[in-house]
Amino acid sequence: MSTEFVSTIGLEVHVQLNTKSKIFSAASTEYGAEPNTQACAVDLGLPGVLPVLNAEAVKMAIMFGLAINAKIENNSIFARKNYFYPDLPKGYQISQYEIPIVSGGSIEIETEEIKKIINITRAHLEEDAGKSIHDLFVNETAIDLNRAGTPLIEIVSEPEMANAKEAVSYLKTIHSLVRYLDISDGNMQEGSFRCDANVSLREKGSIQLGTRTEIKNLNSFKFVEQAINFEIKRQGKLLLNNQNVVQETRLYDPQKNETRPMRSKEEANDYRYFPDPDLLPVEITEETLTKIRENMPELPHERKTRFADQYNLSEYDIGILTSDKSLSIFFEAILKERDIDPKFTANWVITELLALANKHSINPQDITITAKDFADLLFSIKNNEISSKQGKSVLEKMWESGDNPSSIIKSAGLSQISDEDELNKLVDNVLKNHYKSVEEYKNGKEKLFGFFVGAVMQESEGKASPQIVSKILKNKLKK
Amino acid sequence: MNEKTLIELREDIRSKKISSTELTKFYLNRIRKHDKKLNSFITVTEEHALNRAKIADAEIAKGEVKKLTGIPIAQKDIFCTKGVKTTCGSKMLSNFISPYDATVIEKLNNEGSIMIGKTNMDEFAMGSSNETSHFGNVHNPWDLKCVPGGSSGGSAASVAAGLTPCATGTDTGGSIRQPASLTGICGLKPTYGRVSRYGMIAFASSLDQAGIFARTAEDCALLLSCMSGYDSKDSTSSKKDIPDYLEECRNLNSTKKIGVPVEFLQDLDGGVAKVFHEAVKELEKMNYEIVDISLKSSKLGVSAYQVVAPAECSSNLSRYDGVRFGHRADNVKDISELYKKSRSEGFGNEVKRRILVGTYALSAGYYDAYYLKAQKIRSLISSEFNAAFKNVDLIIGPTAPDVAFKIGEKLNDPIAMYLSDVYTVSTNLAGLPAISIPMGFKNNLPLGLQVIGNHFEESRLLSLARQFQEVTDWHKRQPGEFK
Repeated sequence: MSTEFVSTIGLEVHVQLNTKSKIFSAASTEYGAEPNTQACAVDLGLPGVLPVLNAEAVKMAIMFGLAINAKIENNSIFARKNYFYPDLPKGYQISQYEIPIVSGGSIEIETEEIKKIINITRAHLEEDAGKSIHDLFVNETAIDLNRAGTPLIEIVSEPEMANAKEAVSYLKTIHSLVRYLDISDGNMQEGSFRCDANVSLREKGSIQLGTRTEIKNLNSFKFVEQAINFEIKRQGKLLLNNQNVVQETRLYDPQKNETRPMRSKEEANDYRYFPDPDLLPVEITEETLTKIRENMPELPHERKTRFADQYNLSEYDIGILTSDKSLSIFFEAILKERDIDPKFTANWVITELLALANKHSINPQDITITAKDFADLLFSIKNNEISSKQGKSVLEKMWESGDNPSSIIKSAGLSQISDEDELNKLVDNVLKNHYKSVEEYKNGKEKLFGFFVGAVMQESEGKASPQIVSKILKNKLKK
Repeated sequence: MNEKTLIELREDIRSKKISSTELTKFYLNRIRKHDKKLNSFITVTEEHALNRAKIADAEIAKGEVKKLTGIPIAQKDIFCTKGVKTTCGSKMLSNFISPYDATVIEKLNNEGSIMIGKTNMDEFAMGSSNETSHFGNVHNPWDLKCVPGGSSGGSAASVAAGLTPCATGTDTGGSIRQPASLTGICGLKPTYGRVSRYGMIAFASSLDQAGIFARTAEDCALLLSCMSGYDSKDSTSSKKDIPDYLEECRNLNSTKKIGVPVEFLQDLDGGVAKVFHEAVKELEKMNYEIVDISLKSSKLGVSAYQVVAPAECSSNLSRYDGVRFGHRADNVKDISELYKKSRSEGFGNEVKRRILVGTYALSAGYYDAYYLKAQKIRSLISSEFNAAFKNVDLIIGPTAPDVAFKIGEKLNDPIAMYLSDVYTVSTNLAGLPAISIPMGFKNNLPLGLQVIGNHFEESRLLSLARQFQEVTDWHKRQPGEFK
């Protein structure tokens, strides 16, 4: 008898908030500074220092809570999570435990197969730890405390995702949301957005969840998908062989595409949580909430609805354009620059610009081409200054050089001949050379019109504007 | 000169009867002469003090005087002082030099006072006898074989022996009031939140409060007005206005009814009871109505305290791991051994005991039975005080169960040592202000009267203390050897 297993996934997403200073100190949160240059006395946990809560971080957590229709706790509590680790200067992390700032709420996710609601258990504020760097010195570990104290929200989902695709969709939805809210740069390479995945299998039909493992610190959508798929397979094999899944934390190795148990130092942790006596309960008044609510930016689903009302685009186009905040902003900025058809613009953004971005593995927010240059390019195409085909090569040159389209068009001699005098001469030449055909045309063989256009194009080495040539031809052939 | 109060010295300096440099040298000389017997200082900052005195004299010459211009002060070695060693009485920090000043230090500096040194203390303020210091015992100026109390034993002894006109202290369960009682001086613990804790090395964050030692209530009032106030670096500091404590200490007269908790007198030593009743008689003569009150839960204070304080301390002291600062063990094979050895070598027994107790109390499965239970007792104690203050203006009692005990006597009996705080811990648990002032002697050793006020009513207890000091002269007595 073969048993069928179904997988269940829950995610804990860590989102670094993009406040200027740290959650409990005035040190800068800027990424990439010289090690330990952005760690002040508070971040170093020097004797006598005290944490002071950054109100901006609280505001951002509230914005997230409001965006997922969660309950905002009006007196949430900071707690200390006690454990020793060299990159944790105080020997405890300030986090929230019993009463988090955000609880409940949900988001909608979408895969090729399914649209569904994923419930969010809670989201709490906490400080990030520093970084241990093990490969810089032989037999020694280096500590960089620049990251220590960077504000995070940890978003904990209910175990409601059925497979890796749903997990990735959930992550992408959260990622898009925090970018829309402008509470995080969402940069996964720099660790601003990372997640732990809890994976378990249970027999089909059973309600009881199986033993779960936690895969720590996944920092790309691809790795999340691969790690979960690997873990589902691994657990499935164990269960089929009547072996038990051990509840443990595992690390994903992208090189080998496998998960491995973390070293046992993390074992048997008793974090001894207790309310941090250095911090007061985070009091959030109705007034504060109202103010934040009134100033909420447009959310992804709201922008979707507006695009549908405003631009007459397909659901597919809108889905892609609004999936990323900067892409949707880019799209609208183009329309503001020039009077161009939205559908025509959407096509160019999605099929040409995004394709280029994908080819270069660039995130939409990192595209350097400006909306103005892109609008100018589309305008040139629309006005027949250049053909669509030429437009694509101009775009590629814009991507590589950063030059504006008109200078690229000029320097490559790409622009179409739209000067009427010049075209008149070309047309006259063609008509003279094909006088017999002209006769035939005038006698009713109107399908020869295309032949004349083609002949002029050939004469001009493809540079003539077909529209203008047609216009001139029609005029001349009438006479 | 060492018998003079801070207020008197301030007058002498302002009227140029004496220069700050002369005054500073006078106290530095007394430290040099007497402190070998007491061991009340860990660091004497002579050069720093003389430089500051020179600046003070220049300011006085220009007529620019602030509240404490030119006045020497000793700082408990728990306050971080920029560029000067801050040891907290521990081997762990025996070479630690803070890159910043505690807010208390900054405020006292800004008022023109002159730090003459850092005083000895129980390690990380854990102790009631100053015997847990890595830098050795402090001796009681009234009897060198006795302890001065703790944890602020060095500050108390130095003021009592006239090595400084005043000193800072910190009080987590009685660490200012108990040594003040045992050395015959005034010790004030303000309301929790009145004085910033920033830069004051944490023992138990929800109980710790900075305060002062001086000879008189007025001196305490003056110093309190210099130290108090909201600090944006300490979220638990209060935004309440700072009254002119000195003025209110002199003129506030609305106190009528004073409560004596019956629980404080049960099982009280006969000699101490006798002295306390004399003090009560003095107050009655001053037309105060003295009434019995009951603070039933205060008996649970020490137990609750011995859970809450170690719990917080176990977490607060985690940062001393040998990685970034403080003592670091040699020849370790991995990070875990670095932690274990650095902490085993750097901490003394009492600190280790409290870390163990606290770690246990916070552990999964014990948290509810210990930490949460203790917090409930804490709320109970607070509400009993609240109820009491609806009926009385102030509460009085003996500060400590007895006079100073012999060095070594209780060192191996932690429970007996912890009971030294039996009358003082409740006010920390409730966050209330309290002062200890000299009220008499038993066997030639001083005893303190504790006056407890409602939250932020420092002026009221200071005023009563001043009036008591107008009709008594206990606070003027000086230990013979140090006159």
